[in-house]
Order: sequence, then structure tokens, then C-alpha cells
Amino acid sequence: MQLPPALHARLAGAPGPAEPLPVERDPAARTAPFRFAPRPVRFPREHDFFEEGDVQRHLYLQDVLTQVGGAPERPRVPEFTCQVAGCCQVFDALEDYEHHYHTLHRNVCSFCKRAFPSGHLLDTHILEWHDSLFQILAERQDMYQCLVEGCTEKFRTSRDRKEHLVMRHLYPADFRFDKPRKSRGPVMPGAAEQVLAEAPGDDGVPSEGDAMEVCSEHVEPPPAPTGERRAYSHREMNSCPSAALAQLPRIWPERYHLPSVLVKVPHEDLKGPRREISTSNGGSSAALWRCCWAFPPRRGGPRTLARAALHVAGL
Amino acid sequence: MWSRQRGRLKPLCCGVEELRCRRREREAALRKARREQQLVSKRLLRDEALEEAEEGCVAVIFGEAEIQQFLRLAQRGTEEKEREGALVSLRRGLQHPETQQTFIRLEGSIRTLVGLLTSNQALLQLEAARCLHELSHSEQSAVVEACLPATSYLLTYLSGHSSDFIELCLYTLGNLIVESEAVRRQLLPQGIVPALAACIQSPHLTVLEALGYALSQLLQAKEAPEKIIPSASTDSSVLGSTLPQHMLQLLQPGPKLNLGVAVEFAWCLHYIICSQVNNALLITQGALSTLGLLLLDLAGAVQRTEDAGLELLACPVLRCLSNLLTEAAAEAVGGQLQLRDERVVAALFILLQFLLQKQPSLLPEGLWLLNNLTANSPSFCTSLLSLDLIEPLLHLLSVSNVVLTVLCNVAEKGPAYCQRLWPGPLLSSLLDTLAFSDTEVVGQSLELLQLLFLYQPGAAQAFLQQSGLQALQRHEEVAQLQDRVHALQQTALHG
Repeated sequence: MQLPPALHARLAGAPGPAEPLPVERDPAARTAPFRFAPRPVRFPREHDFFEEGDVQRHLYLQDVLTQVGGAPERPRVPEFTCQVAGCCQVFDALEDYEHHYHTLHRNVCSFCKRAFPSGHLLDTHILEWHDSLFQILAERQDMYQCLVEGCTEKFRTSRDRKEHLVMRHLYPADFRFDKPRKSRGPVMPGAAEQVLAEAPGDDGVPSEGDAMEVCSEHVEPPPAPTGERRAYSHREMNSCPSAALAQLPRIWPERYHLPSVLVKVPHEDLKGPRREISTSNGGSSAALWRCCWAFPPRRGGPRTLARAALHVAGL
Repeated sequence: MWSRQRGRLKPLCCGVEELRCRRREREAALRKARREQQLVSKRLLRDEALEEAEEGCVAVIFGEAEIQQFLRLAQRGTEEKEREGALVSLRRGLQHPETQQTFIRLEGSIRTLVGLLTSNQALLQLEAARCLHELSHSEQSAVVEACLPATSYLLTYLSGHSSDFIELCLYTLGNLIVESEAVRRQLLPQGIVPALAACIQSPHLTVLEALGYALSQLLQAKEAPEKIIPSASTDSSVLGSTLPQHMLQLLQPGPKLNLGVAVEFAWCLHYIICSQVNNALLITQGALSTLGLLLLDLAGAVQRTEDAGLELLACPVLRCLSNLLTEAAAEAVGGQLQLRDERVVAALFILLQFLLQKQPSLLPEGLWLLNNLTANSPSFCTSLLSLDLIEPLLHLLSVSNVVLTVLCNVAEKGPAYCQRLWPGPLLSSLLDTLAFSDTEVVGQSLELLQLLFLYQPGAAQAFLQQSGLQALQRHEEVAQLQDRVHALQQTALHG
């Protein structure tokens, strides 16, 4: 099939519709026995017309089709140690390190050193465990937020929330990231209370949470007077003045530049500037109160500085 | 192009012929499955580099005792390396269906695995996730459904940050999703749609591709048009989420467009659009213009490179555009959101040429788009003429009679159009098609002839001179064609 040479030029040319030729229909055109009428055609999901393309798609999924393009090599690097002070893990592959970092060091509660899989769960934990104002408010209104992203329900007690999680969201009753606090009042830093209860099936073996805690005991100095060390949300940064954004150090451990970047940035930088809420102690304050209303736990709450850095970098 | 090679079928000692044979078998199986509306495919993510490092394939099938030992070691071993090693061994064993069966039947095994998945030991977590992934890929429902206790955690981890881990969770979820409606009935209330909507903001291409895969599986589900796509659905509605906007963003051409990612999301869009739930919404979000630009980009790409795989993206894009053009909103929406750019026609023909070489079976889909573009658009019909595309189009006559339909689309717009169709190869092509026995094709040819006779003086004459009457004669007795044949004969003879 030969295409006119000018076609490629047209493709590269200016956008825009062609000026249409004048349309002039003769009524005799559609009189019987002739019946042609132009019409766009639509095919629904299961139509046989799609068989061919669907089969090709599935062959691809099953990887029978050859894939072109070289795969980047999985980089092996000389052994290096995790840079977080006190952590002694050694790695020889950046992906392993990345996962380790995110699992153990990223969303860490500065009060009790527990690590969480996401910023969202960390926020919830800090609010419910370490914020005395929360406790006060919780006596009068529904403060326990559902853990499922996208669900806006709130509950009076953590037990009610658990029931909701189980009944409405079909979560397991022993969901590991929803353990109720045992004592009343905010948990003080360093408390050894078992929050992340033993993983199901552990049978009394000390949970992994312990291993993590032991490690990071040597890490951070007692919670600094400047309060929570959290990572910050890209969303939250959007609500800060742009000057703040420009000042953020780039700490995102970018793939394949991991060790050197991290070495340069001391751990303290993780806390970053939190404009609105600079608490002078770990507990309640007017500023924190503002926090509850300005950044409802479900939505706001800190995410990573790194995201913000990426955002700044225009990625 | 693709960011990482996926788990290829490793033909240990077979040659090219055997590969081809295997492919033919798979194709046949897929066709059969599709006809029975049972088209289910899963993705297996096995790290090739990891495999090589582990030297050799798994030959051993593990029994209960061995599995128990591995689990015990993984859970309670003293040395970290020992614990990891145990899980690695288990994972390799789980590549075998028999071992999988034994595993799921062992009491507490899944519980232990989930415990390891949620532990704070990063590398144990990863290995446990890989074990789950192997199970999710099984063809046995019982094995797959044994993974259900892990789903709330898999979803939770989607809002984490470790891209490799998230990618693994997503592929596992994708495999689970496609398994059965029962699985989806658990995943939907657990919030899979909002979790995906949050995760789609990740900057990692591997994560995005995995997410696209998982989402495409979700959207392909039978109940998707009623329960998953519509915005009126309670907790899990794709159209009600920010997913469509993000998908369109990820499909925007430019230096950041990644082919692997784009393929997944283009298929996602296709499943949404062909379900015909609320395509007007997608149009207002710019679907037509984005996909149009993507089509242009694709046409540019096929000219530049010999890469196999562009047709994997071309196919869903063609389908999406074609279906969207049938919506009333496509006309009603104004300005930028409409599809009126002439370059789309140029791009389409470049793609048709590409498909002719690479994947001729997809040509009907391209022609379908051409029909929908030209049906009600004098502008696009004019483009066909002014860009000299009639002759290339005629070249495709043997592929599909949609070519004739498109020509009718052009001709029915009146004399100005027919004039440009004449003279040229059209007449001889029509005489050829009149020789076909296929009633559809002949019928369409008769319609086209009538339009030409009506709008183009001299057409009837030329037809007669080329023994047109004889060509018509052979269809005089065919029921569906008779009337039209006679009418044409009259017109030709008497004007």
C-alpha cells in the first residue's frame, strides 16, 4: 500500500480541519431500493469484532509475544550499609535497600518508633495515640476515622471502627494495623507497649515490631522539642507558601543514586518545616488544634518530603 | 521500551518451530476462551535476574514436612539470612502446582505467610509477597482463593513507598481480581478502587504499568459495567474517582509517555468506553483530544522505529476513538475537546500501512475508525480526497468491505465529492468487486454505483463501456440484490 509522500508532511504539519467541500444531496439518493445512509458504528464489549485484538492482548499478557527493548540490568553495587544511624543492615542491591528503607525508616512514629506501611496509617496512629487533644475531642464526637482510603466514616470508639472495617469493608478482624491502644491518655515516647500485636501465626514469638524498635533505639535522640518528626505531604505542601517549597532539600533517594544522596542528608532533615504547626512539646497546643481542623486526619496529614521534592522538580 | 523484561516462558530446550507451535496453541486456546466469554489471563512477575542468580530451575516438589520446615525457619529462625533463605526456597517450590496444593491444604500456612507479609523485616516481606504472587498466578481457583486473607494488606501496602513491593502487590492483586467474582466481591468493599486512585499518582513507571494491569483486569470483569464503572456505585466506582483523569494524563503524548504504561491504560479506557456507561463524561474530560493526539504520536512512532509492540497500543486507541465518535457528546462538545484535526486521517493511514505489514488482522479495526470519522463529517471526507488517499484505500478492498462503506460515506455527500472520486481506479475496482460472490460486498458496491451514477455525469457511460452490464447480470437472480441491480441497469441504459 503506497502512501502519497505528502502524507507524512501533513502529519507533521499544522493542526486543523480540512475546509469541507460543499455538501449537496439529491433526495433520489436514498430512495428505494437503495438504502445506504452513513452512520457511525459502535461495538459493545463482548462483540466478536473484538476477538482478534483481544487475543493479541492476552497473548501479550501471557508473555508469549516477544518484547522488544533491552531491559536495564539489575544494578549490583558494592556492599553498603543503611545510612540511618544505628541501622546495621547491609545491602548489595538498590531495590532491596529501597524496600528496607521504606519499610523501616520512612513512616516512623517519632514517639514510639513504630513503623507503618504508609503515611496515612502513620498519621492516624499519631493522632489516636499521641495526641491528648484527640482524646478530649473523642469524648464528645466521632473521631476514629475509617482506615480505608476513600471512606469518610468516623466512629466514636476504635472498636466501632473495627466493626465497621470488618462488616463493611470485609477486613480481617485481626487486621494488623488497627490495634487499639491499651491505656488511656497519650502514649509517652519510648513506651514499650505492644501495638503491632504479634502477627497471626507467630505463636508467642516476639513480633517483628520488636526487632525494629531495638534497632532504632539507638537512632534518634529523644523526640526533639520541635515535635513530631514526620515526613511531609506533597498535598500539604501545596497549601504552604511556595517559598517553603523552594527550600526543601531534595532527599528523595532517587533510584540508583541511593547511597550517596542519603549520606549527604542527615536524618534530622526529615522533619522539615511544618509551618502551621510548630508544637513545642509532643502534646496538644493551639497549633495542633488548628491542625485537626485545617487538616482532617484522613485527607491531610504528612506524606513524604520526597514527594514534595519531586513535585518541585517538576516530576 | 518496556522497563523490564517480564517473566518469559523459558523454553529450556526447544527450537523456533516448537515456540511457534506453542504460540499457535495458545492462540487457539485464547480464541476458544473468548468465544465462551471466558477470556482470563494472568501475569507472572518473575525476576529474571533473580532466577539466574538462583541457578537452575526447580525440579523438586515439596511435601508437607518440607513446607512446614521452611515456614518454621522463616518465622522463627535466628539468623536473618536463614529466614530469608527458607522463604526463598519455599517460593521456588511454589512454582509447582502440586506444591501449591500441598501448601494451601496445610493448616496455618496462609496465616503464617500473611504474618510474614506484614512483618517489619523488609526482605521477609518481599519474599512472602513473592510467594503470594506465585499462588495468585495459579490456574486452580482453590489456590488463588487461598490468598484472600492477604488482600487487605496488599491494598494497604499500595499507599506505601517501596516501588518494587508495590509493583508486586499490584500484579498479585491483578491476578486475584481476574480469578472470580467472589474475589472481586471482597476486593471492592475493601476499597480497591480508591487505593488504585491514590496509587496512580506514583512517579514510578513500573508501578504505573502494574497498576494499569490490575485496573484493566478489574474493568474487564463481567459485572464491571454495572458494579464497577458507573459513578452511581456506592464505594467503588471508577468513573466517580479521579482514575479517568489520571489515565488520560498518562496517555498524553510527549517525552514522558511510556509505552508499557500507555498500553495498559489504553486497554483500561477501552473497557470503560465499550461498556457504554458514561462516555460523555470522558469526552468532557478530553478523551477525544488526548486519544487523537496519541494517535498522531503513534503514527510518528511507527515511521521511526521497527519496534514490535506498537500495535498493542494502536488497537485499544483505535477502538476507543471509534466508540467515542458514536456518542452524541462527540459532536455537541465544542472546541478543543472535539476531534476535527485533519492530521488524524493522515495518522490513521500511516497506521493502516503499518498494520498491513505487522498485524493485518487488526486492519478492520482501523477501517472501523475511518468509517466513524467520515460518516457524518464532510471535513474528514474532504481530507480523504485532498490527501489523495482513495487509491491507498482501494488497496485494502480485499481486507474488508468497510472500504466500500467509507467510499459511500464520501460519495453520498454530493457531486463535489463524487467529482473528486472520478476518474481513477475506482471504476475498475468496482468492477472487480462486482465479480465477488459475497452478497454484502456486492450490495455495497451497488450502493456506491448508484451514488456515482447520480452525482457524477459520465460515470454511467464509462461503466457501460467497461462491460458493466455484464458484471451486473450475474446478480440478477440474487434476492437481496435484484431490485438494485435492475434499478442500476435502468439508470445506466436510460440515464
